Amino acid sequence: MNQPYFIIHDENDTVGVAVKEIKAGETLEGWVMSSDTTVSITAKNDIKIGHKIAMKDIEEGMSIIKYNRPIGKVSAPIKKGEHVHTHNLKTARW
Amino acid sequence: MSEYKFAKFMGYRRENGRVGIRNHVIILPLDDLSNAACEAVAHNVKGTIALPHAYGRLQFGEDLDLTFRTLIGIGSNPNVAAVVVIGIEPEWTNVIVDGIAKTGKPVCGFAIERNGQHKTIERASWKAQEYTQWATEIQKVECSVDELYVSVKCGESDTTSGLASCPTVGRALEKLVAAGATCSFGETSEITGAEDICKEHAATPEVGEAYYQIWNEYNEFIISQGVDLSGSQPTKGNIAGGLTTIEEKALGNLQKIGNLKYVDVLKPAEAPVSKGLWYMDTSSAAAEAVTLWAASGAVVHFFPTGQGNIIGNPIEPVIKLSANPLTVVDMKEHIDVDVSGILRREMNLDQAADALLDMMIRVCNGRFTCAEALGHQEFVFTKLYRSA
Repeated sequence: MNQPYFIIHDENDTVGVAVKEIKAGETLEGWVMSSDTTVSITAKNDIKIGHKIAMKDIEEGMSIIKYNRPIGKVSAPIKKGEHVHTHNLKTARW
Repeated sequence: MSEYKFAKFMGYRRENGRVGIRNHVIILPLDDLSNAACEAVAHNVKGTIALPHAYGRLQFGEDLDLTFRTLIGIGSNPNVAAVVVIGIEPEWTNVIVDGIAKTGKPVCGFAIERNGQHKTIERASWKAQEYTQWATEIQKVECSVDELYVSVKCGESDTTSGLASCPTVGRALEKLVAAGATCSFGETSEITGAEDICKEHAATPEVGEAYYQIWNEYNEFIISQGVDLSGSQPTKGNIAGGLTTIEEKALGNLQKIGNLKYVDVLKPAEAPVSKGLWYMDTSSAAAEAVTLWAASGAVVHFFPTGQGNIIGNPIEPVIKLSANPLTVVDMKEHIDVDVSGILRREMNLDQAADALLDMMIRVCNGRFTCAEALGHQEFVFTKLYRSA
C-alpha cells in the first residue's frame, strides 16, 4: 500500500484529513479506514497535515460529515478538493 | 472487526473472586494530616506504597461521600493485596477499614490521636511487615479477559488522537466487550459538542436520559460560573492543528468507545455491577479521572495521547498509545504502543487494536508500563465543594 496523503474515517464522510502535506493541483490517494479502500482526488488548495480536504462539492448551510456524523455547518460554498476549515465551516452550536 | 483471540494471563484472584494484575500493599491515609505517618511506614517496610493525598478533613455531603468512596474503592481494588489505613481519629478511620474489609482482604486501621505519631508508625509498621510478607507469597493463577475491568481516557490530544489513537482504543474496547470484559469511559466535560451522540450510545432511552442529566448539570454549573465555552473550544492550538468545531473535537474523543453502547451510568468512583461498557461521570483532568476509575475497581487503563501526556497511577497501570510520529520518538520512554503506522497505512485499525491488546496482556502478566517504570504515581482526588 502507498502511504496515503489523507485519511477518511467512514465511507459516508464528506471530508478527509491530510496526513502528508498536500499541494494545490496534485492528484492524491486517500485511505478510507472503515472499508479499507483507496480513493483519489485533485487538491484545489495547499492543505497542512491534520487539516481537512472536501471529498465533494457542498452547499452553504449543509452539514459536513466526519466519523459518519455532522461536525458543523458549511458557511461558504465548498468545492471538491478544497481546504475545509474555519473559513467555510462553523459549529452548529452557536 | 476481526476477532482477537485473547490469551489467558497470570493474575491475582482476590478473596471476593475479583481479578487483579498487581499485588500492592498500600499504606492509605484517611486525611492529609496522616500522610507523614503513612510515608514513614512505607519507608520502614519494603514492598509497600504510601498514597498521600490532600483531603479528608471538614468535607460534607456528597463531597464527603465521594472522598470515602474513593478511599474505600482504592483499598478494595483487586490490584491491592492488603491495606494499612492511618487516620487522625479512630471513627472515620474505621469507616474506611470496614468498607475495605467487605472484600475479605486483610485491612487494619490506626489512629494517631491519643497515641502520637511514633507509636502509630511503630504499630502500623508491624502490621505492614506482616502484610507484605504474606502478600509476597501469593501465587498468580490463570485468569481470562472476561474477569478484567479496563478504563479509558485520553489526554494532551491532537489531530492524531482523533485520527488514530482514539479509534484504536474504540476498536480494542469493542473486542474486549465482545469477549466479556467490563470497560468504562467518562470525561463529562470533553463530551460537550457530542453530548447528543453520546446519549445515542446509551443501551436504553432511560440510561441515555440519566447520562444526559449528568452532562446537563455539568453544563449548567459551567454557565452559572459565568464561563462562556463557545469561544474556548476548540482551542487556538486545536484550530492550528486542523480541528474546526467543538463537534469535531468531541467526536474525536468519543471514538474511544467505538460502536459500543453503554449499559448504565456511574457516579464518580462507583463500581460497575455487571459486564460491558459503563459511562462514569468524571473530570477530564487525567490524574483525577484515572484515580476515580482505580477507585471504581478498574485494574488497567488505556490512555491515547497526541502531544504526550505522562500520567501514571499508583495502583492501576496506565498503558499509553500514540499515533503522533514525533511523540513516539521524542517521548519514547512514555509510550507503550506506537500506532503511528496507521497514518502511513502500515497498520489498519484492527492491527493497531490488536497491538494494544497484546500489550495489555503483557502488562496483565506483570510487564511494567512506561509510567510504572518511570515511577508515575499520580493519586489525585476529585473534590466537589470547598471545605467547611
